[in-house]
Amino acid sequence: MATAPARPVGRRQPAGRRAARWLSRNAIRIYAVFGFTYLFIPVAYTLVFSFNDSGKSNIAWKGFTLEKWQNPCGAPDVCTALGNSLKIGLIATLAATVLGTMVAFALARHRFRGRTTTNLTIFLPMATPEVVLGASLLALFLNLKINLGFWTIVIAHVMFCISFVVVTVKARIASLDPRLEQAAMDLYANEMQTFRRITLPLVAPGIVAGALLAFSLSFDDFIITNFNSGSVNTFPKFVWVSSLRGIPAQANVIASAMFGIALAAVVLAQLVTERRRKT
Amino acid sequence: MSVAQGIGVGERQAEDRTPPDDDEARPVGRRRLTPYLLLLPGMAWLAVFFVVPLLTLLSTSTQTRPEGAEIGVYTQTFRLANYPDAISEYFEVFVRSFTYALIATLLALAISYPLAYAIAFKAGRLRNILLVLVVAPFFVSFLLRTVAWKQILADNSWVLDALRWLHLLSEDGRIINTPLAVVIGITYNFLPFMILPIYASLERVDPRLMEAAGDLYANGLTTLRKVTFPLSMPGVVAGTLLTFIPAAGDYVNATLLGDPVRTTMVGNVIDSRFLRVVDYPTAAVLSVTLMLSILVLVAFYIRRSGTEELV
Amino acid sequence: MPTGPAGSSGGRDLRLERVTKRFGSFVAVDDLSLTIPSGSFFALLGPSGCGKTTTLRIVAGLEDPTEGSILIGDEDVTGSKPYKRPVNTVFQSYALFPHLDILENVAFGLRRRGAKDVKRQAEEALELVELSSMARRKPAQLSGGQQQRVALARAIVNRPAVLLLDEPLGALDLKLRRQMQIELKRIQTEVGLTFVHVTHDQEEAMTMADTIAVMNGGHIEQLGSPGELYEEPETTFVANFLGQSNLVRAAVSAHDGDGLVLDVEGHKLAMPSSRLSSAAAGSDDLLIGIRPEKIHLHEGDGPGATDKAHNVLPGGTVTDASFTGVSIQYLVRMPWGQELMVFVQNLGTGGVLPPGSKVSLSWDPVHTFALDGRSDATAGAEHDDDAAPVPVG
Repeated sequence: MATAPARPVGRRQPAGRRAARWLSRNAIRIYAVFGFTYLFIPVAYTLVFSFNDSGKSNIAWKGFTLEKWQNPCGAPDVCTALGNSLKIGLIATLAATVLGTMVAFALARHRFRGRTTTNLTIFLPMATPEVVLGASLLALFLNLKINLGFWTIVIAHVMFCISFVVVTVKARIASLDPRLEQAAMDLYANEMQTFRRITLPLVAPGIVAGALLAFSLSFDDFIITNFNSGSVNTFPKFVWVSSLRGIPAQANVIASAMFGIALAAVVLAQLVTERRRKT
Repeated sequence: MSVAQGIGVGERQAEDRTPPDDDEARPVGRRRLTPYLLLLPGMAWLAVFFVVPLLTLLSTSTQTRPEGAEIGVYTQTFRLANYPDAISEYFEVFVRSFTYALIATLLALAISYPLAYAIAFKAGRLRNILLVLVVAPFFVSFLLRTVAWKQILADNSWVLDALRWLHLLSEDGRIINTPLAVVIGITYNFLPFMILPIYASLERVDPRLMEAAGDLYANGLTTLRKVTFPLSMPGVVAGTLLTFIPAAGDYVNATLLGDPVRTTMVGNVIDSRFLRVVDYPTAAVLSVTLMLSILVLVAFYIRRSGTEELV
Repeated sequence: MPTGPAGSSGGRDLRLERVTKRFGSFVAVDDLSLTIPSGSFFALLGPSGCGKTTTLRIVAGLEDPTEGSILIGDEDVTGSKPYKRPVNTVFQSYALFPHLDILENVAFGLRRRGAKDVKRQAEEALELVELSSMARRKPAQLSGGQQQRVALARAIVNRPAVLLLDEPLGALDLKLRRQMQIELKRIQTEVGLTFVHVTHDQEEAMTMADTIAVMNGGHIEQLGSPGELYEEPETTFVANFLGQSNLVRAAVSAHDGDGLVLDVEGHKLAMPSSRLSSAAAGSDDLLIGIRPEKIHLHEGDGPGATDKAHNVLPGGTVTDASFTGVSIQYLVRMPWGQELMVFVQNLGTGGVLPPGSKVSLSWDPVHTFALDGRSDATAGAEHDDDAAPVPVG
C-alpha cells in the first residue's frame, strides 16, 4: 500500500487531485462492483425471463406473468428431465462420496506401493477435457454393446466426481493435526474409537464439501451426459435440445428456483457457522 | 522467485517445522492390508470407467471401415495414418480451439485477479458474503447462462445498442455468432474456477509481508508485482489450468454463441463425428490428440511454474 | 483428592533400559538408561534435537524404540500401544479436541476407560486447574494459558502412573510461564503423580524439578538435583548449558594434601581435590570453572583481597557493565585476552564500575569446579544468547 505524501496542513488540495487520489485508492473496490455486476447479468436475464409471457420461444420479451411460476411443469419433459437430474445427482453423489472418501483416507494416512500411479489416476480425469471423457466412455459402452440410458449417466457421473471428492477430502484430512489422534490414543482410545470420535467428526466438513461439490458437478454436467445418455434427458440436456426449437420459460423458472434454493442454503450455512463461532 | 517465497513465509507451517522427534504423521499400528482395501472400490471404478475407455478410444482411433460395411461398423486395422489424416484435416480447428481457450484464460485471469484481490484484502467482514456472491451465479445451469449470453449479445439487445451509442461498435457490427461471442462465453463460464484458487492463494499471503514491502520503499504497484503476485502463483497456476483445460474441449459456447462455419472447435467436431456422422475413428483420433496435447502443455507449464503438488 | 507422594502413582517407578531410537542413520536416542522414582518431579533438559522429545514419545508409546525397553513398575510396556499404558501426555501444542467442549475434553480418557462418575471427576479436575467456569466452552474460545491448563487437567484426571509434559509452557509469555511453573509444582505435590517434564529452558527445569537429566545428542550428560548439576557439573556441556560458567585453562602444578595447586596464566590458584569431576581426576590439563555470581570484584590493580585464602586473578579491565536491577553484570577482559563474566549483587553500596576500570577478581576456592581439559569448552553454550565469550584455544 502506498503511503500518501503528507498534505500541507491548512491548505486544500485542488478538487481534481483529491478526486484522482480517491479514485486510485478505491479503484479496486469500484472494479469489484463492476465485476460482480458482470457476474450476475446472465443470472438476472434468466430470472427476468422466467416471468416472460412467452409461448414456445423465450427470446423476446412479451409481458410479465406469474403463470410459469405457478405451473413450472407445464412444458413437456421439463420436470422429467429435472427429476432425472436430481435422481442421478443423488445416486452419483452418494457413490462418489463413499468411494472418494475411502481413497482419500488411503492416500492421506497410509503408506503403500503405487502411490504415484494412484495420484496420477485421480488427477487425470480432472485434467481431461469433458469431450474426451464423454467420448471415451461412449466408445466403451458401444464396444460392450451396453444400452445408453439412466445408468450409463450415473456411471459417468460417479467417474468424474470421484477425483473431486478425493481432492477435497484429502485436503481436509491433511489439515488435521495428527497430534489430535495421538492425544486420543494417549487417552486410552484404540484405533477404531479414535477414528470414530476424533478423526471422522473433524473430517466430516470436508466430506460434506466433497459431496456438495459432486452434486453440483453432476447436476450441471452436460457434455459427458450428452455423450452417454441415449434418449434420457437431464435438465442441462433438455435445455440444449430445446435451444434449437425454443427453451420454455419453465426451464428458467426451475433454474431460478434452484439458484434461489442453493443460495439460501449457502447463506444459511454461513450464518450457522458464524453463530456457532460466537457462542 | 521472490525472497519471501524462498523463506517459505506465508505458508502456515512455520510452527510445524519439526525435527524427526516430532514428526509422526501416521498413528501407530496400521495393518498392511487396509490401504489396499480402501483404495480398491474407487480405483477399480476409475480403472474400468476411465482408464479402459481411454484405451478403448486409443484402439478405436486406428480402426477403419471395411469396404461395403454399414454405417458405424469398424474393424481394427492399426491404421496409424488415421492420425495425420484427421489432424491435417482439422488442424485449423485445433489451432482455433487452443487460441480461444488461451484468450479466454488470459481474459479470465485479468478479470478474476483484481476481483480475488479485492475479496482477499479489501472486503473485511463482507468477505464470506462476497465469496458466496462469486459462486452464486454458477448455481444457475450453465446452459441457461450461456443462452442468456445469447440474448444479451443479440443484435437487438440493449447492450449492443449501448455499445453502438458509445461508438465502441459500428452501426452494423455484431457480436453474436462471432468468435468474440464464443470467447466471451467461454471466459464467463470458467470464472469461478479462476477466482477461487487465486483467492485461496491470496488469502494465505501474510498481509504483514505487504506492509514490510511498503516499509522498504515499495509503492503499491511494486509490492503487487514483487511480493503479492509471486506469492499467489500456486493459485494462478491452478486457476489457469482449471480454465484452459475444459475450455479447449468446450463446444457448447461455440454452438450457442458462434457460427458453425467460422467458430467450430474441436469439441464440436468430436461431438458431430461421434453422435451424428458416426465416424468413430476420426472422433477418437481427435480426442486422443486433444488429450495428449493438453497433457504435454500442462506438463510443460507445471514444470516451468515449479508447482508440484496440485492434487 | 488423594494427597501425598507415591500414593497416586502406586509406587511404580519408570525405568528406561538401554533405549535407542534410530531414524535411518540418525541416532536420536543413544543407549539411554534411566530410573525415575515414583512420585518425583523429573525434568529432561536439553537443547532442540537432543532427543528429549523422542524419549518422551517412546515412553508414551507414540514411537517405538529401535532397541531397549520401558518398564513401569514391574510391567514391561515396550510393545504396548499408547492406549494400553498408564501414561498420559500434555502435548506442546495442547492438542485439545476442537469439536468437543472443555468438559468433554477432560472427560475423554475417563469415558474411554469406562470409569464411573465421569462428570464429577472431570469437574474436579477442572477445579484443580481453576477453570470450572469454562466447562461448556470450546477450546478455540480459550486463551493459550487456559488451553494449557485444560490439557493438564485432561491428563491428570486419569491419575496415570506417569504424566509426561512436552514443553508445555513454551507458548506462554514470561509472566504466565512463571505462574504456571509454580502451579504445576503445586499440583504435582498435591496429586502425587510422577511428572516427567521435557524442556529446553534450564531455569524452568531448575525451578520445578527434583531431579534433572541433561541430555545432549541422544545421551544423558549428567543426572542429579538442580543444586548438584549447577555447583558440580561433570561436563563442559552441563556447565555451559545451566547458567553461565567462566571456563579457564589450568595446569596442575602440584598436589598439596587434599588440595591442588593450579597454574593459570602464571597465577597460582588453589582448589580442593573434591572439586575435580570424575573425568578430570588424574589429569594435569584442566578446564576450571567459576560461576559469575561467586566472583568478587575489586577495584585497582593490586591483589587487594581481604581473605588470604581466596584465589585471585589480577589485571582485569572492565569492558562492559550491564545493570539488570537485581545485579550488575560485568565483562572483564583478563591480560591473556579472555573475557570473564562477573555478577555483582545490587546491594545498594557502591556504584557501577565503568568500562575501562582496572579490577582484580577473587573467589573462594571451594566454589571452583574442574573439568577435563581435553573437552570442548564451547559445548552447551551455543543456544544461550547471554553466554560469556568462550576461551579461545
